[in-house]
Amino acid sequence: MNKVLTLITFLPMVGILLILLVPKNNKTLIRVLAATFTGLQVLIAVWIYINFDSGTTSMQFREQYKWIPSFNIEYFMGIDGLSVTMVLLTAFLSFICIFASWGINKGVKGYFAMFLLLDTGMMGVFCSLDFFLFYIFWEVMLLPMYFLIGIWGSPSRVEPDGKVRGGPYAAIKFFLYTLFGSVLMLIAMLVLYFNVDIDPNTPGIQHTFNMLHLMDQSLHTGVLNDFNVRLWVYAALFVGFAIKVPLFPFHTWLPDAHVEAPTAVSVILAGVLLKMGTYGMLRISFPMLPDAMKWEYFAYGLAILGVINIIYGAFCAMAQTDLKKLVAYSSISHMGIVLLGMSGLTSLGMNGAVMQMFNHGTGTAMLFLLVGVIYDRAHHRNIDGFGGLAVRMPIYTAAMSLAFFAGLGLPGLSSFMSEVFSFLGAFGSEMFNLKAITIISTIGIVLTAGYFLWTFQRMFLGELNPKYKDLPDINGRELFTIIPLGIIIIFLGIYPAPLLNLMKTSLNELVEVIKAADPILLGLQ
Amino acid sequence: MITNAILILLLPLLAFTIQIFIGKRLPRKGDWVSTGAMFLAFFLAVPILIQALSSYDPNFKITQSWEWINFGAVNVTFGIHIDNLTAIMLIVVTLISSLIHLYSIGYMHDDPRYNRYFAYLSIFSFSMLGLILVDGFFGIYIFWELVGLSSYLLIGFWFEKNSAANAAKKAFITNRIGDVAMFAGILIIFTTLGVFNFEEVFRGIADGQLSGGLLTAAGILIFMGAVGKSAQFPLHVWLPDAMEGPTPVSALIHAATMVAAGVYMVGRTFVIYTADALLVIAYIGTITAFMAATIALVQKDIKRVLAYSTVSQLGFMMVGLGTGGYTAGLFHLITHAFFKALLFLGSGSVIHAVHSQEMDDMGGLRKKMPITFWTFLIGTLAISGVPPFSGFWSKDAILASALEFGMVNPTHMVIFVVTLLAAGMTGFYMLRAVYLTFGGEPRDKKKFDHAHESPLVMTIPLCVLALFAVGTIWWGWLEHLLTKPELSSYASSGVQVLEAGGGHPDVAHTAHKIAMFSSIAIAGLGILLSTLVYHWKKISAEAWGRRLKPIYTLFWNKYYFDELYGATVIAGTLFISKISSLFDMKVIDGFVNAVARITTRFAFGNGRFDIKIIDGMVNLVARVIGFFGAQLRTIQTGRVQNYILMALAAVVILFIIQQF
Repeated sequence: MNKVLTLITFLPMVGILLILLVPKNNKTLIRVLAATFTGLQVLIAVWIYINFDSGTTSMQFREQYKWIPSFNIEYFMGIDGLSVTMVLLTAFLSFICIFASWGINKGVKGYFAMFLLLDTGMMGVFCSLDFFLFYIFWEVMLLPMYFLIGIWGSPSRVEPDGKVRGGPYAAIKFFLYTLFGSVLMLIAMLVLYFNVDIDPNTPGIQHTFNMLHLMDQSLHTGVLNDFNVRLWVYAALFVGFAIKVPLFPFHTWLPDAHVEAPTAVSVILAGVLLKMGTYGMLRISFPMLPDAMKWEYFAYGLAILGVINIIYGAFCAMAQTDLKKLVAYSSISHMGIVLLGMSGLTSLGMNGAVMQMFNHGTGTAMLFLLVGVIYDRAHHRNIDGFGGLAVRMPIYTAAMSLAFFAGLGLPGLSSFMSEVFSFLGAFGSEMFNLKAITIISTIGIVLTAGYFLWTFQRMFLGELNPKYKDLPDINGRELFTIIPLGIIIIFLGIYPAPLLNLMKTSLNELVEVIKAADPILLGLQ
Repeated sequence: MITNAILILLLPLLAFTIQIFIGKRLPRKGDWVSTGAMFLAFFLAVPILIQALSSYDPNFKITQSWEWINFGAVNVTFGIHIDNLTAIMLIVVTLISSLIHLYSIGYMHDDPRYNRYFAYLSIFSFSMLGLILVDGFFGIYIFWELVGLSSYLLIGFWFEKNSAANAAKKAFITNRIGDVAMFAGILIIFTTLGVFNFEEVFRGIADGQLSGGLLTAAGILIFMGAVGKSAQFPLHVWLPDAMEGPTPVSALIHAATMVAAGVYMVGRTFVIYTADALLVIAYIGTITAFMAATIALVQKDIKRVLAYSTVSQLGFMMVGLGTGGYTAGLFHLITHAFFKALLFLGSGSVIHAVHSQEMDDMGGLRKKMPITFWTFLIGTLAISGVPPFSGFWSKDAILASALEFGMVNPTHMVIFVVTLLAAGMTGFYMLRAVYLTFGGEPRDKKKFDHAHESPLVMTIPLCVLALFAVGTIWWGWLEHLLTKPELSSYASSGVQVLEAGGGHPDVAHTAHKIAMFSSIAIAGLGILLSTLVYHWKKISAEAWGRRLKPIYTLFWNKYYFDELYGATVIAGTLFISKISSLFDMKVIDGFVNAVARITTRFAFGNGRFDIKIIDGMVNLVARVIGFFGAQLRTIQTGRVQNYILMALAAVVILFIIQQF
């Protein structure tokens, strides 16, 4: 099984080939095929989880081949404690989303083919250790996402104020916005490529996309020795990743994309795609340009943007009347905690941040799935249009309250742990004084409780809206997608060690590496 | 004993799990599961208390901890900490909770969500017991929030009523405000000392690693958590509304146990509070005790009277702790738990009988409900501070502590005076409640005729609780077990510790004497006044209400706190949220869309430029060439003569040119 990463990445592609061979009317077979291949992917992920050695900081399950030798481009895969969590999350959510997509009836073949392509793209991003390969997977994700939102999302419509909104609008907004970020990333990538020399004896010849080499500060030559250039490169990467997170003020594509996308796509979007941004920072920006990360303005900027995300996102969420939009803004708020946790450069904060990435992935996935459940029944998502559903749909209400309480960081549920440690990490930072920033961001804890409970009350409590007196409760298939998430949320809320142990060695090392990097010692300033 | 503690913690959790999943299908809808788990927990707690009593040692302690979350550099453990305070609290909570489970079987018998009610009671008991048992700030914060959750669920138990749903939300969010402050305090403590465990934190503080203003700030922030949970001014507004929950819940959570958690927590972490922090605690307690008592004077809903009296009594406890009366504050917590649970259950019994909470609908129930009446009266005498009932001893201890504090620091004598006034009001409004409910003639004949004494399952708990309100723990014995902890006892050897306040034995002696007389006098005065007004009718309440109209209105409207918060905090938050959302749509997204629009405009312009100018130039060249071509074409006539003529002309022209 030394090709396990290739297997887990390209397994969905095999699924696509088979799906393309199935006649398009045989919808069930297409769905079953998609479920089978993502199911196999989950099995491989479990195998990876079992065989992953959490005691080492080095990359595991490596595969390294020459791909385009003239440019030193390699097919280089490998995972460490940071990426393994994301691989598990991706495999798991993809599988669940196939079941959440069971009700898709339009263009089934295309839908599932696109979905599996997206799956490959995501897996590839988390497994690649060659920047070029990373970039390709990064772009591969865009295409299926564009079609999934554009075609299977809500149809185009004209708003009362004359603006055209809907799936196609959201899709192109998402696509162009991300592409803009990709271009910046491409520029940064090329700067890195041309200024890292594997062989110091022959300067300017042996360039590389190998991330491990790019992280090795002693190989940095040329303009990378100029601190100002490094800041610019860092900034370019940062904007590229910030759009994905999405960080204020680059976030407005997100609510649109979520509102218009079909349920399963929203789940993937919030559950996995948003993590690409912070993953990119942790995998690329921080270790490759640690000194730039530590530049005061960038470090404080990161924390301040995190706080803005937390509080601004929460305020925006409170004002929403569309349930899905509310969840979208809550994602913006929760991703801010990841940023805050990372910015302090402490073991607690870093681990808390990555835990938060995982826990937000499961928590928000559950929220979007549940929003889908009510939308399928009521055909609208207007929070004020419900009322008293708890009487009619007790199981659904219980599931939603679990998701809401997870969202507001109730102890005993997973996001509590990650939030607390992100805050603790930032507050206790020795490198930067983030105390005031952290204290301000705790206001978000109250605001989050406010908007979730308010929404809960408007939808579920009070008298039952007579319009919905015959609404059926959540069904078996829907429960099947939600129960595993619920179990993970509760389990990791009580005992986060299995997740934490997976990542802590790598992340503690990352913290040490960044801390140790000193622009003056490197002769870079 | 650790095994017992773990079982005490896990039994209610197990009961919750069973109830929530299969409770509906169990015989009797599983009320026996939760109730049984609670009684079992009680019987498991008894040996712990016996052990604590038999060792009779102020430093009695059993602890154990397990690795829980290990970050490598930081290791967070989960630990259980049993000392005298824990042992006593365990008994208080498990006993009262058991009795209230029992009572609920009668009270809730025809509720459609009967099984869920017991599930919620179980999750509450679990959280509350966890809060008592844990050994550090991290653990206490977790259970702290979990009791908040159970409180939310139980206040909103009848969620079809909008008022109940509102009250639940209000309780959770108000508590969260306090919790966030407490979290900030924990942030300070943890980042300074690197540990969560109480004893290790105390040791760090004793060794001077955290001191001065930062320690005061941390203490006040931690105390803010208690302000939320124990409904102290200015976060008290949620507790009266919490009466929307079923009455047994009000008795258990919003009177006897959960709201006392704040007091317990301050007691547990007593040594971290600096003199300044303690002073803040004392004043907050004083304001709360007085303000809530004045509001209770005018309430008409029997549960609201009790709710405000709870707020007031919690204020007393804080006064006790804040003025250095550690034992006094905790003693009152214990006695109050019993008599207030008794009072609430008594009111529940009445409400069960007349189906109303308005005291205007009651009256004369003494004859119809003798057990309820007598037990309620005992509770009333206890809370009013009539000797020899339990409340007398604890309230007296608090007043003595406040007086002693005032005698040592004369500028703070106001604490004692105001608290004493509040104690007098307690006697007044509680007796008023008794007269209005049980005394006189029935005001609502129909409801009165319908009324009946409650079933045994409800009256037995009343009697048991009444026993605890009559009999009391011997003060000296408690003073020994719950000795005020000294910070210096945690210090590493060789470290000098400055204590917040020293003992003044002679002052204490005098203070105790004065406090005892004045507290009996003021309680008697309150009771006398109440009897004059509501029993002998020598003084007209209505007339005085009219005469003191502005004050009456102020009390009746609860000092307008709800209105104030509604107009400032809530309206402000909603306003900012609306503005943020608009800003997001119009400005930020507007900018993105504007960029898109400008780009497309530019592209169209570019396209037009391409077609008109660039392509136009290309076409112009073609057209020019075409024009000349067309002109030249006219000479292509196909006639030989023309061609020859032209050739000749050309030759002639060339010839002429050559000549020059």
